[in-house]
Amino acid sequence: MTADLATYNFAYLDEQTKRMIRRAILKAIAIPGYQVPFASREMPMPYGWGTGGVQVTASIIGPEDVLKVIDQGADDTTNAVSIRAFFQKVADVAVTTHTKDATIIQTRHRIPEQKLTEGQILVYQVPIPEPLRFLEPRETETRKMHALEEYGLMHVKLYEDIAINGRISKTYAYPVKVDGRYVMDPSPTPKFDNPKMHMSDALQLFGAGREKRIYAVPPHTQVVSLDFEDYPFEIQKFEQDCALCGAHGVYLDEVVLDDKGGRMFVCSDTDHCEDRREHGHVGAMLATDREAAE
Amino acid sequence: MTDTPLLKVSGVSKFYGSRIGCKDVNFELWPGEVLAIVGESGSGKTTLLNCLSTRLMPTAGSVEYRMRDGNFRDLYHMSEAERRFLMRTDWGFVHQNPADGLRMTVSAGANVGERLMAVGDRHYGRIRETATDWLGRVEISADRIDDQPRAFSGGMRQRLQIARNLVTGPRLVFMDEPTGGLDVSVQARLLDLVRGLVNDLGLAAIVVTHDLAVARLLSHRMMVMKDGHVIEHGLTDRVLDDPREPYTQLLVSSILQV
Repeated sequence: MTADLATYNFAYLDEQTKRMIRRAILKAIAIPGYQVPFASREMPMPYGWGTGGVQVTASIIGPEDVLKVIDQGADDTTNAVSIRAFFQKVADVAVTTHTKDATIIQTRHRIPEQKLTEGQILVYQVPIPEPLRFLEPRETETRKMHALEEYGLMHVKLYEDIAINGRISKTYAYPVKVDGRYVMDPSPTPKFDNPKMHMSDALQLFGAGREKRIYAVPPHTQVVSLDFEDYPFEIQKFEQDCALCGAHGVYLDEVVLDDKGGRMFVCSDTDHCEDRREHGHVGAMLATDREAAE
Repeated sequence: MTDTPLLKVSGVSKFYGSRIGCKDVNFELWPGEVLAIVGESGSGKTTLLNCLSTRLMPTAGSVEYRMRDGNFRDLYHMSEAERRFLMRTDWGFVHQNPADGLRMTVSAGANVGERLMAVGDRHYGRIRETATDWLGRVEISADRIDDQPRAFSGGMRQRLQIARNLVTGPRLVFMDEPTGGLDVSVQARLLDLVRGLVNDLGLAAIVVTHDLAVARLLSHRMMVMKDGHVIEHGLTDRVLDDPREPYTQLLVSSILQV
């Protein structure tokens, strides 16, 4: 570390701010799914880049922590790289790309494929924390609806989906009910990841910087995706396996390869994919490449 | 009809600063009875309606409602959660402008189904079946169920709003100028429909209108308001055929005869 960085407090935020955010986090953990307002600070990155998640991480991180940052499941995309570099610089913490080695995982859009364990903390970057926002524009009204547990409107949205598309077409930010009480927006994660939130061993924290809200799902808490009795909740299913590691039953990204209709499906969780390849798993595309090389 | 009233209103007053909204209103409403509140613009009809339907807190007085368990509860001593639950199950509110009472951006079926989902119905097929049934009862064809109210005519919107309110089988419905802004033939059909529904379902209703013809067709009793005061109160036919107060006489005689 160079001397000029000594002007920064550990993990960028000053101690009073961290204290304030920790109080909000504690309250959020005490009331699972409830959105706690907090005095969000300006961060050295634009809104939409994870200012909420960064503030949560900055408030809970200690010198002994090992940080992993993912963006759409990948460790090597711009958002992940810049946030990881940020904490290396201002907190001088160890970083990793391996899910199992991390104590804090900050994420945008995905929950790692590998099951999280006790003691790990998953920090979500949340753009719009209010699940009812696009149904009811008034903040005063949505707060009242949460307070009085009036969630019929959420089902009106799902009803509309079925009436128009024949099924519930919402694929991400799929609303969940936490601990039988609050309806929560799990941030724009694909609904594929919703079941992973249910009874998770890890603590899940959600930070929305622009909207100034923090909410949480404590470990071993019920997280139930909303649905109808005759149209139950379903996760996405993929016909293909990962082209690189052959993984099945994981969330896949579609990558367009050329302008002749060539495409591949590959694990969205890069760490999971690399780990599998290290252990000798080979997907269809990698196998053909090897044959060609030999 | 039973011996006990459904709604007991005593001494309800609403002041806007020093200005009177409505003053010292007393009446009782029995199950299955339709009460019309008539008067000119600014006479306090809508203020009174809002005070009765918990949309506006009165300055003084009490409004007691007989719950389904038979006990009277003062509306303004209930918790907000109870009040809101009452409003979307046991009550209905039909606005003059359907856009105020409907969700314009979701389909007709979802508009009717919203109350069912709000009270915990989680079966899509059943919700849709009930919605289809209610659309039929308000003379909207079943193939319009997935259309948004934006695509509906004024009369259809108003009928949809009525269906949306009646789907939970309420016992009391408030209507604020239900036929305002509709042309005469559509008005006639709507009134016919409302009268049929009120009879079939044994609803009690409080209808605010400036149109004496609406009051004549729909209501059993009526109250005439002027400057925030109830100046005359009685059976509809009696008030309209034999008005006692000079103002009511003026009102009745000012109807155009065609």
